[in-house]
Amino acid sequence: MSALSRPFLPVLVRREYASLAIKLVAPPAALGLATLLNLGLYLLMGRDPVAVFHAMLMEPFLSWASFSEVLLKMGPLLLIAQGLAIGFRAKVFNIGAEGQFILGAIFASAIPIWLPQATGQWIWPAMLVLGALGGVLWASLTAFWRVRLNANEILVSLMLALVAAQLLNYLLLGPWKDPAGFNFPQSVMFQYDAMVPILIPGTRVNVSLLIAFAFSLAAWVFMQRSFAGYKLQVGGLAPHAAGYAGFNEGRAIWLSLLIGGFAAGLAGAAEVAGPLGQLQRSISTGYGYAAIIVAYLGGLHPIGIIFSALLMAALYIGGDNAMVSANLPVAAVRVFQGSLLLAYLVSIAFVRYRLEWRHAAHGSAP
Amino acid sequence: MNALEFIVAGMLAAATPFLLAALGEMVAERAGVLNLGVEGLMAMGAVVAFIIVYHGGGHLLGFLAAGLASAALSLVFAVIALGFRANQVAVGLAIGILGQGLSALFGKSYESLTVKGLPKLSLPWLSDIPIIGGLFAQDVVVWLSLAATVAIWAIFAYTKTGLVVRAVGENPKAAHALGYPVIAVRFAAVAFGGVLAGFAGAYAAVVYTPLWADGMIAGRGWIAIALVVFGTWLASRIFLGACLFGAVSLASLAAQATGLDVSSQLLSSLPYLVTIVVLGIISSNRRLLKLNGVASLGEPFEQ
Repeated sequence: MSALSRPFLPVLVRREYASLAIKLVAPPAALGLATLLNLGLYLLMGRDPVAVFHAMLMEPFLSWASFSEVLLKMGPLLLIAQGLAIGFRAKVFNIGAEGQFILGAIFASAIPIWLPQATGQWIWPAMLVLGALGGVLWASLTAFWRVRLNANEILVSLMLALVAAQLLNYLLLGPWKDPAGFNFPQSVMFQYDAMVPILIPGTRVNVSLLIAFAFSLAAWVFMQRSFAGYKLQVGGLAPHAAGYAGFNEGRAIWLSLLIGGFAAGLAGAAEVAGPLGQLQRSISTGYGYAAIIVAYLGGLHPIGIIFSALLMAALYIGGDNAMVSANLPVAAVRVFQGSLLLAYLVSIAFVRYRLEWRHAAHGSAP
Repeated sequence: MNALEFIVAGMLAAATPFLLAALGEMVAERAGVLNLGVEGLMAMGAVVAFIIVYHGGGHLLGFLAAGLASAALSLVFAVIALGFRANQVAVGLAIGILGQGLSALFGKSYESLTVKGLPKLSLPWLSDIPIIGGLFAQDVVVWLSLAATVAIWAIFAYTKTGLVVRAVGENPKAAHALGYPVIAVRFAAVAFGGVLAGFAGAYAAVVYTPLWADGMIAGRGWIAIALVVFGTWLASRIFLGACLFGAVSLASLAAQATGLDVSSQLLSSLPYLVTIVVLGIISSNRRLLKLNGVASLGEPFEQ
C-alpha cells in the first residue's frame, strides 16, 4: 500500500513540556464549546438561543441584584470545591460531598430546632462548627471503609450521599417537621440569632462567603506551601514514590476525606443558617455534585476554583432566569454542567498532548 | 400471596436492571475501562424507551432505541476517555450528570404518565409448583437477560474474543505488542456496556415500573457498578448479586405492604446500606480482589 492511499488520521503526541498557555486557555475554550453545543440543543428544542444566552450567561452579571445572588450561590460551591480538589489531587475521589453537605445542614439545624428560644451571638458560629463536624463524621465513614476495609471510596461516598438524602426526608417528614407548617416537609423557621450575619447590606450575601474565601486561602497555603499538602500531591501523582518515601497512604486518604467533609459540612450549615433559615428539602439541589465540576474546571487549583465557582454560580442564576424568560426547563442547567466538564476534559488534554496528522499505519514512526 | 412468594416471584424482574447494567459495566472493566457514567446511561435509555413506547412504537423498538441512545452516549465517553486520554473517573461523572440531565430534559412533559408493561411468559409445569412457581413466570426480557448472562459467561470462559478483551484489560502493552487493537477493543467494550445500560434503563422505565418519573433510576446505575466488584468481575457472581438486590428491594416493598412499622425512608435506603456493607465485606478480602481484579483498570493506554 502506498503512503498516499492511506488516510491521514489525527494522533495525540505527548509534549516535551506541559503547555501553561493551554492550561490557562482551556477553561474559557471549554466554556465556549459547551455554550455552542447547548445553544444548538436549545435551537433544536425550539427556543431562541440568543434569548437563552442572554438570560443564562449575561443577565447574572448585568444587575447588582442578580450578581449578589450569584455571590450568594458562589459561597457553598467554592467551599465544597476547595475541599474536594485537595482530595482529587491526592487521587481520593470523594464524590459524595452532597451527603456531607446534607449532614452539615442537619447537624447545624439541631441547635435552633432543639433550642428555639435560645438567644445570643454564639448560636450561628456554634451551628457552623457543628455542621462542619457533621460533614467530617459522615466523610469519616467513607474514610474508614476505604482505609480499613479497602472499599472503593467513589462508591461508598456516593451511597452515603443517597442515604443522607433519605435521612433528611425522614427528619423532615417525622421528628423535625414543623407542627404548624401545614404538613410541608420542613422544619420551624430559625430564630434571628441562628442566622449568619449579612455581609453586604441590601443583599442576601452573608459572612459565609468570607469564610469560603478564607478557606480558599488556607487551601492554597496547604497545597502549595505545606509539607502535608506536598505529601498528598506526591501520593496522587506517584503513589509508588510516595510509598518509598514513607508517606502514609492511609493517613493521606483520611486527611483528604476529612477536609472534604469539613468543607461540605460547613457549606451545608451556612445554607440553613443563611438564605434558607430553616431545614428543608431544597437544601439538597446538587451543590455537592456541581462542586465536582467546579473543582475540575478550576484545574484543581485554589485560585482557578474561585473563578470556576463564580461561573457555576452564575450558571445556576442564569438557568433560573432562562426558565422564567425563555421557558427553559431546569434540567438544562444539569445538561450544561455535564457538557461543560466534558468540554473541559477535552481541552485540557492539549496541555500534555498535541495533535499530529499522520498516515494510518501500524506503529508510530512517521 | 405471602411475602415469601411475592419476593420469589418478583426477584428476577427486580434484579434485571441491576443485572443488565452490571454485565455491561463488567465487560467494559474487563477491557480496562472504568465507566462511572452508568447511572446517566441508564437514565438516557429509560427516557428514550419510555417516549417511544408511550407514542405507540412498541417495546421492541423502545429497547432498540434505548440501546442505541445509551451506546451513543457511551461513545462520547470513549472518545474523551480513550481518544483524548482524559481522567476516566472525571469523564464518567460528567457523562452521568449529562445523561441524567438529558433524561430530565426529554422526559419533562411525560412526568407521571404510564405505559403498559409486558406479559409474563410461564414455563409449563414448573410455574405451578407451590411457593417457587412464581420464579418460572417472567416477562421475555428477564428470560433474555438470563440468556445474556450465560452467553457473556461463556464468551469469557471459552472464546478467544473473551480472552482478547481480558488481555487488553490485564496488560494492554503486551496485547498491543501481539497485534491486538487495544483502543478498538476498549471502544467496543464501552459501547457494549452502553447498550446493556440502555436496555437496563429501558426495562426499568417501560416494564418493571412503567411510569415516568424524573430520577427514576434512583442510584441503580451506581449499585450496578458496585455489583461488578461484588461479583469479582464474574458473570455468575454478578447474577447472584443482582438477585440479592432484587430481593432486597422487594423485601422493602413487602415490609411496607404488610404494615411493618419501619420508616419508609429506612426501607428506601436499604439497598444503599446493603451496598455499603457488602462492599466492605468483599473489598476487605484483598486477595480475592487482587486475584480477580483487572490490572490496568482506569489507566489510559499510550503506545
